[in-house]
Amino acid sequence: MRVAAPILATILTVVVGSIFFASLGHDPLATLYAFFVEPLSSMNGLSEWLLKASPLILIACGLAVGFRANVWNIGAEGQFTMGAIAASGVGLFWPNPESVLLLPLMFVAGMGAGMAWAAIPAFLRARMNTNEILVTLMMTYIATLFLSYLVHGPWRDPAGFNYPQTALLPAAALLQSFDPAYRLNSSIFITVAAVILMWLFTDRSFLGYKMSVSGAAPLAARYAGFRESAAVWIGLLAGGAAAGIAGMAEAAGPLGQLSPQISPGYGFAAIIVAFIGRLNAFGIVLGGLLMSLLFLGGEGVQMTLGLPSAMTRIFQGFLLFFLLAADFFIFYRVRLVRPIRDAHALETAR
Amino acid sequence: MDLFIAIFTGTIIAATPLIFAALGELVVEKSGVLNLGIEGMMLMGAALAFWAVTAGYSMPVAILAGALAGAATSLLFGVLALTFLTNQYAAGLALAIFGSGVSAFLGRGFGSEPIEALHRVNIPVLSDLPLIGPMLFRFDAMVYLALVMFVAISWFLYRTKAGLVLRTIGESPQTSHAIGYPVIRIRYAAVLFGGAMAGLAGAYLSVAYTPLWVENMTAGKGWIALALVVFATWRPLRILLGAWLFGGMTILQLQGQALGLEVPSELLSALPYLATIIVLVLISRDRQMLALHFPASLAKPFRPAS
Repeated sequence: MRVAAPILATILTVVVGSIFFASLGHDPLATLYAFFVEPLSSMNGLSEWLLKASPLILIACGLAVGFRANVWNIGAEGQFTMGAIAASGVGLFWPNPESVLLLPLMFVAGMGAGMAWAAIPAFLRARMNTNEILVTLMMTYIATLFLSYLVHGPWRDPAGFNYPQTALLPAAALLQSFDPAYRLNSSIFITVAAVILMWLFTDRSFLGYKMSVSGAAPLAARYAGFRESAAVWIGLLAGGAAAGIAGMAEAAGPLGQLSPQISPGYGFAAIIVAFIGRLNAFGIVLGGLLMSLLFLGGEGVQMTLGLPSAMTRIFQGFLLFFLLAADFFIFYRVRLVRPIRDAHALETAR
Repeated sequence: MDLFIAIFTGTIIAATPLIFAALGELVVEKSGVLNLGIEGMMLMGAALAFWAVTAGYSMPVAILAGALAGAATSLLFGVLALTFLTNQYAAGLALAIFGSGVSAFLGRGFGSEPIEALHRVNIPVLSDLPLIGPMLFRFDAMVYLALVMFVAISWFLYRTKAGLVLRTIGESPQTSHAIGYPVIRIRYAAVLFGGAMAGLAGAYLSVAYTPLWVENMTAGKGWIALALVVFATWRPLRILLGAWLFGGMTILQLQGQALGLEVPSELLSALPYLATIIVLVLISRDRQMLALHFPASLAKPFRPAS
C-alpha cells in the first residue's frame, strides 16, 4: 500500500496540471505531451533525463538517511554549491592540470566540502541543541553568496569578457561523456553506487536500523541506548557528502565552469524525491526519474509554448501536496460521523 | 545626526515585515502547529498586493489582497496538516516551494518597473517636531499597523480567554478536546491568521519596502521570521526586539555597502543569515529557557479520539 500514494499523487498532479494548462488556454493533451512525452522521444532527451535524474537521486539518497532519523537537512542546495566550488577550485588551480589524479581529487574535495558544510549544523544540533532546519537553510543562502563572491571577484575568468564566471575546467578535470553527441557522463555510476550503498545501510546494517528507530520512536531509541547525536551526525554528513559529490559531478560534467547560477534547485527538489521515494533506495530512483522529467518537461514547455519555468516548482509543490494527502487515505480509515448535538442524543446513541 | 535618524528609521522599516510574519507564526505555533511555509505565503502576498496596485486598486485594497492571498495559501497547509494529519515539516516545506513557484508564475507579467510606494503619513504638528518628528511620526501606515498587531496579539494571547484556550490547545490538544473545545477548528483559525500576517509581510515588501516585483524577493525573510519565533522563545515582546535587531543588521549592512566599505558586498549580504545562526545557537543552548514557553504539542498531529 505504501507504493499506492506516490502513484496516486503522480496521477493527481497530472490531472491538476492539465486543468491548469487548459485554464491558461493551452490544449491540455498537447501540453502534457510536450511536458512528459516529448522530452523522452529522442536520444538526446533520454540522455538529459538521466543526466538530471542522477544528482536528484544521489542527493535524495543522502538526505533520506537523515530523514529516516528525523534529521531535517533542507540545505542540500548549499552543500551542493560548496561541493561544486571546492571541486572546481581543485580543477582550476591544481598545479598540474593534466594530472590523472585531478578527477579523484575533485571528487574528494567536493565530498569533503559538502560534508564540512553539513558538519556545522550537525555540530550545532548535536552539541548546542540548535534547530538544523533553520541552520541548514541559512547556510544555503551563505553558500550562494559565497559562490557569487567568487565568480564576481577572485575566481572570475580574466579572459571572460567580464562575465561573472570562472575559466573553463581543464580537460582532465571533466567527466567524459559516453558519446560526444550527448551530455550524459560516467557520474551516473556514482549515483548507482550511492543507491546500492544507501540500500545496504538502511536495510542491511544495524547502524541503519538504529537510525530508523531514532526517527520512528525516539524514546525507544534512547532507552535502547542509541545515541541521538550519532544519528544527527550520520544523517547530516550523509546528506552533505551526497550533495557535495553531486555538486562536483555537475561542475565537472554539464557545467564545466562556475557561474552564479549552478543549480536549478536540485537540492530542494531532492527533498521531494526522498519523500516520493518513501525514503527507500529504489523508491528514490523512481522518484528521481519522475522529478527529472518534471524539470525537463518544464524546460520543454518553456521553449515550445512559452510557459514560464516556474511551472516546474508549481508541479513539484502539487506532487508533494498530493503525496502527503494520499498518505492519509492509506494510513487511516476514513469514516464519516455525524456530530452529536446534545446530551440526549448522546444517550440514545448509546 | 542625519545618519543616526536614517539608521533608526531604516531599522524600524526593515523590521516591519519580520514583525508581521513572526507574530503570525507565533500565534500558529502557540496553537501547536508548525507552519514552515512562511516564505511561500509571503511571496503570494507580495505578488497579489503588487498585482492589485498595478491593476489600479487603492493601497488598502492591495494590502488586503496580500493578506487574503497569504491566508488562502495557508489554507492548503491547514488542510494537509490539520485534516489530513500529515507531517507538518513536509507540508510546510511543500508550501514554501509551491508559493515560490505560483508567485513566480503570477509575477511573470508584472514587468520590472517600480510602483509608487505606500505614502508616509504626515500628522500635523507631530511630524514636524524636530528629531522626534522624523524618527517617530513619518512612517507609512503599515509600520504603525505592525505595532498595533503586536499590542493586539500580546493582549489576545495573555489577557483574553480565547488566547488562553489557544495556548491550552498548543500545550495539550487532548485535554482541550476532552473539555470540549473544537481543537481542529481553532487551529485552522490560527493557521489562517498566520497566513494573513505572512501575506501582510509580503505585501509590505512589494508595495512599501522595495516597491517592485522580483521573483523570490523575500530572500529568506520568511525563514528568518521562523527563526525569530525560536529566538523570542515564543514571547511577543522578544519578537519585537528581535525583529528590530535584525532590521538594524540589515540597515547597517546596506549603509556599509553605501559607504563603500572595503568588504565584499556578498559578505555584508550574508550577515543577516550568519546572525540568525549565531542568535539561534545562543538561545538554543539553554534548554530550560526554551522549554518554558515552548508549546508542548508543537508539530504533533492531533486526531480527536472518538
